[in-house]
Amino acid sequence: MKKSYKIDVDCANCANKMEEAARKTEGVKNATVNFMLLKMNVEFEDGANPSEVMQNVRTNCRKVEEDCEIYC
Amino acid sequence: MNRKQKIMLVRIVAAAAMMIGLEFAPVEGVVRFLLYLVPYLVIGYDILKKAVRGILNRQVFDENFLMAVATVGAIALALYDRSGDYTEAVAVMLFYQIGEWFQSYAVGRSRKNISELMDIRPDYANIEKDGVLEQVDPDEVAIGSVIVVQPGEKVPIDGVVIEGTSSLNTSALTGESVPRDITAGHEVISGCINLTGVLKIRTTKEFGESTVSQILDLVENASSRKSRSEDFISKFARVYTPAVCYAALALAILPPLARIFGMGLAPEWDVWIYRALTFLVISCPCALVISIPLSFFAGLGGASREGVLIKGSNYLETLAQTGIVVFDKTGTLTQGVFEVNAVHHSKIDRSRLLEYAALAESSSSHPISKSLQKAYGGKIDRSRVSDVQEISGNGILAVVDGIRIAAGNDKLMKRLGIEYIPCHIAGTIIHMAIDGQYAGHIVISDVVKPHAKQAIEELKRAGVKKTVMLTGDIRRVAEKVASELGLDTVYSDLLPAGKVEKVEELLAGKSKKERLAFVGDGINDAPVLGRADIGIAMGAMGSDAAIEAADVVLMDDDPLKIAKAIRISRKCLGIVYQNIVFAIGIKLLCLLLGAVGLANMWLAIFADVGVMILAVLNAIRALFVKNL
Repeated sequence: MKKSYKIDVDCANCANKMEEAARKTEGVKNATVNFMLLKMNVEFEDGANPSEVMQNVRTNCRKVEEDCEIYC
Repeated sequence: MNRKQKIMLVRIVAAAAMMIGLEFAPVEGVVRFLLYLVPYLVIGYDILKKAVRGILNRQVFDENFLMAVATVGAIALALYDRSGDYTEAVAVMLFYQIGEWFQSYAVGRSRKNISELMDIRPDYANIEKDGVLEQVDPDEVAIGSVIVVQPGEKVPIDGVVIEGTSSLNTSALTGESVPRDITAGHEVISGCINLTGVLKIRTTKEFGESTVSQILDLVENASSRKSRSEDFISKFARVYTPAVCYAALALAILPPLARIFGMGLAPEWDVWIYRALTFLVISCPCALVISIPLSFFAGLGGASREGVLIKGSNYLETLAQTGIVVFDKTGTLTQGVFEVNAVHHSKIDRSRLLEYAALAESSSSHPISKSLQKAYGGKIDRSRVSDVQEISGNGILAVVDGIRIAAGNDKLMKRLGIEYIPCHIAGTIIHMAIDGQYAGHIVISDVVKPHAKQAIEELKRAGVKKTVMLTGDIRRVAEKVASELGLDTVYSDLLPAGKVEKVEELLAGKSKKERLAFVGDGINDAPVLGRADIGIAMGAMGSDAAIEAADVVLMDDDPLKIAKAIRISRKCLGIVYQNIVFAIGIKLLCLLLGAVGLANMWLAIFADVGVMILAVLNAIRALFVKNL
């Protein structure tokens, strides 16, 4: 399953770090962050609960970039 | 500017003013230190805060942490040396913040600019209810509803005009500035702007399936498909910062140790630590990380403004390497509509012959019959025609105004035992016989698009080495078109499967660096579009299949746009390479100068911020493609 989320982040490198953090989160098969559009596309593992996974994704992203937001 | 940016600007101005003021303040010692701490904290408190958080979260190579170490280190050195030179630390923080601010501002602006370029999303649809117009969400309009579009409004949903005459501005979709005239019965696509009259339109699609939604989807997802350059940069960024940090650490420790133990000299710890701190200032890969995706984003935005929709940054990259362009003939280089080209050996008046032919063929719906009617131009009065007899694969026998007319190919003439004159021109030949007497023939052929020849020339000029045409048409016709247009190679008599085979042959035969582009109209060449390195579908306005199958979609059917698309991609990739080389080059140079002590922190931060600003400005250049 794929979903797209709006995000807010200030710098391009931070967006790359968020992408990496999201990819490493459990339940996420793949994630891409588009800094220019401020969008995160997340592909979930089969059977994962998107809203729970996204909470973890947000926590992990906050660890690498404090000033970020994922609207989900 | 948003709120964050405004606050930052105030902080930048305040810190800069304080810093300049302190230059002239005659204070020494602890007071001086404390006074300088004020602008330092004003400009850098958030960086210090983030740095502490970074350490707690074990993010050592975070640029906030590095900036904090560099500036705190510089202040500590100034204290240690008793030089009282705190300006450097404040300045580094200040310029770093200016760089970040500029980046955020520039990106915000181009984000806005580009989304304005693609501002084709209709906000509402008008529905007439009891004589009153009501604005509703286009998503809620069912297929078959009647919507009203007033002058100046966007057509929100694809449909057919049932009432009204107007002209439409399609430039947001096609880049074409000449308005298109429409009237009842014409199909209209969403995203066009209605210019003159009120239109009533019966919708044929839902909003989500309409052209405008599909284009927006495509454009919005385009920059999510990352190119190799973008992947390279994000990998580089991941390695670069740690590498520079370790290098800085080595620079701070190894030379002093070598001096003590190897050369027996004073260690000069402060000199080497200062040089190491300079390294940290250059360690942020920002210029690269921002300018490359920004270049692609601007390139894709500029292209879509010209009616060239590219589905991803990766395709932009492939397009720039195009060496071979393979065309489908019908609908791509030719218009795919048949036209009367010539009338030969006519025993009677030319228009008279066309009139008879058009009337005899009037009951047929074949494109040939349509082209005859068009060439005749007059009104078709079917009551003048009787006893129509269609001989499949041969032609038609009919009685027009009481005269026996035979219209068909050479087989028909042979069958009727009439001697005919074969034609030397390639195309479909219709021989005519009136009352059993040969009366000449009409040549009908597919018409080459007006810009086709120029398009091939432009492709050559853009550096395409080989142009190939594939067609299911007979050899004589194919070769005539190919030589007329100046194509290098032509393969004729191909079935759809044969086209795939030919493309595979060409793919196997080309050099590794070149890419093969296939251009088709997207109607029955989806397999070939998929097989080529890059599939270009043209005339895609309103054709879902083409948008689905191709990597690059040309909204109108002008073949000149192919060369334009290649030039746009070359320009964009040129900018990307310039930025990569320029940014990495300047950084390496600064590192080198810093290591030997020729560059101080001032130079390092100037170079870092300067490179970033120049790279961002250069990236925005990719947006300007109108005159390419």
